[in-house]
Amino acid sequence: MGRYVIGRILQLIPVLFLISLIVFAVMHLLPGDPALLMLMGAEGGAVPPERLVELREQMGLNDPLWMQYFRFLTNALQGDLGASLRFRVPVTDLIASRFPSTATLALAGLAVAVAIGMPLGMAAAAHKSGWVDTLCMTLSYIGSSMPVYWLGLLLILLFSFNLRWFPSAGGGDFRALVLPAITLGLLSAGVLARLIRSSMLEVLAEDYMRTAHAKGLSSRIVLWRHGLKNAMIPVVTMIGLQFGALLAGTVVTETVFSRPCLGRLIVTSILAKDYPLVQGAVLFLAVVYVTVNLLIDILYAWLDPRIRYGH
Amino acid sequence: MATKTVDLDPDVAAAIRQLAAEADAADTGPPKGTGREAFARFTHHPGAVIGAALLIAWPLIAIFAPIIAPYDPAELVSRARQAPSAEHWLGTDMLGRDMLSRVIYGARVSIMLGLISVAMGGIPGVLLGLLAGYFGGWVDTVISRLIDALLAFPSILLALVVIASLGPSIQNMMIAVGVATLPEYARLVRGCVLAVKEQAYVEAARLVGNSHMRTMFRHVLVNVNAPIVVLATLQVGNAILIGAGLSFLGLGAQPPTPEWGLMSAEGRVIIQRAWWISTFPGLAILSVVIAANLVGDGLRSALDPKMRLGA
Repeated sequence: MGRYVIGRILQLIPVLFLISLIVFAVMHLLPGDPALLMLMGAEGGAVPPERLVELREQMGLNDPLWMQYFRFLTNALQGDLGASLRFRVPVTDLIASRFPSTATLALAGLAVAVAIGMPLGMAAAAHKSGWVDTLCMTLSYIGSSMPVYWLGLLLILLFSFNLRWFPSAGGGDFRALVLPAITLGLLSAGVLARLIRSSMLEVLAEDYMRTAHAKGLSSRIVLWRHGLKNAMIPVVTMIGLQFGALLAGTVVTETVFSRPCLGRLIVTSILAKDYPLVQGAVLFLAVVYVTVNLLIDILYAWLDPRIRYGH
Repeated sequence: MATKTVDLDPDVAAAIRQLAAEADAADTGPPKGTGREAFARFTHHPGAVIGAALLIAWPLIAIFAPIIAPYDPAELVSRARQAPSAEHWLGTDMLGRDMLSRVIYGARVSIMLGLISVAMGGIPGVLLGLLAGYFGGWVDTVISRLIDALLAFPSILLALVVIASLGPSIQNMMIAVGVATLPEYARLVRGCVLAVKEQAYVEAARLVGNSHMRTMFRHVLVNVNAPIVVLATLQVGNAILIGAGLSFLGLGAQPPTPEWGLMSAEGRVIIQRAWWISTFPGLAILSVVIAANLVGDGLRSALDPKMRLGA
């Protein structure tokens, strides 16, 4: 197990390296001049050319690209992602202050997705081709085909403006988290339900399930103890991938609900051309996503010994 | 798979000629009858048929928008924020433009987005997957690592980086969505090619003197086209969702373009007084995306009942 974990972590290094290269490369195709943007933001009006030359030199923008990338990488490894052009504070500070509420939202969304998707998929598999199955799959289709923001707006319309149960905007307390979490979770619930259904159907056809029935266990025990446990294995991986989708989904959800979190920060930074902030925040989210998937892989190997001995 | 120029045993030569004939049969597509059977399997799913009908209807609406739409989508035809009525079936927006006409014209943008981004992601993605799977070795290592790194970004995040670099506009949105969906194609095609490459007819195609290019496109690619068609169909829906999300955030289509995501964003601040402005464009997206998903799943089970795409 230890060897598997170390091997998996080592595999991560080239991926992380390439992620940083992709983010850097894409961001440096940017046609704008960051030094000019910075000066226009700070001093306004006409920018004196000598000041621009000086700042370009100071920011290292005259160096060859590979040298800029090398500097970006070594700084990033030391936890320095540069300073935001707009806020004039280190990017890492901004990420650290906004990320906890984004992570909370993604986790809450995941909880909603599992709480809804799992029973739905189980019910559909247990009553295959019946009306429960049709209903579950219809709901799951609708859930995974809806635009995130649209679902959010409908929930706001219903639960904030008409019923007045939850606030329509803002961060902070638990009540403000409910609608965004449901918005985010319902979309993944559909995907999850479909996956659990197909995984469950596969398990139900296994010989050991027939054996369990044959030795006289009640169908409830067979379904929940023998079925779910084995059907969960592919689902765990899927939950990991969904967590990444949820993390990214927060970008839109936070905008709909005006939550001051990391995703919202990325969007406003793109509009404000605050490129160090966009670069740093995207890099950070990608690293979080990769790390979560690594943890999931390890959990998967722990759940299913065939994986760790297979390699 | 190097070309061999040794003298062959007559039996072996005969066997190769037979395999070559099989390879040529692959040139003319699947054997007779399977197309009709697949069509029968497809029409057996009521969901797939409904989806196909919708998927045919929306492009027709888009093409004939000037004939169908009751008003000009940009013209201020009436009082602002009028609720749906006999005169304006879907009401008017915050400026007094006819919502029905805007939703009808919006189909043009979304259908274009779906097609262009699938081409932009699908063509390079398929090529990369084909090269990696067919040649293996260092070509595979380089491409696979790149794909892993791209897959490490949740697709909307990848789209955001591209938009950040190119600037928000409708063309850049299409490029961004294309790039965001590219790695999925590459991963799928690589996996399928790895399986097909081992088939005897591929080696036979090489042995009778076909070049790598011809073998790759005429013998390998045609045998992995079914999963590509399924993925592309599903990705049309995905692309429309990502694109609408970007436009909702203000990073895609810009006003006054009648784009569904943007229209929902425009109605967001006045949703309490004019629910219809945000609601109807979202409903349009839902119908297109559901249709694409239903058709994609229908094709998947029609083309090959055993075929599985990663969820």
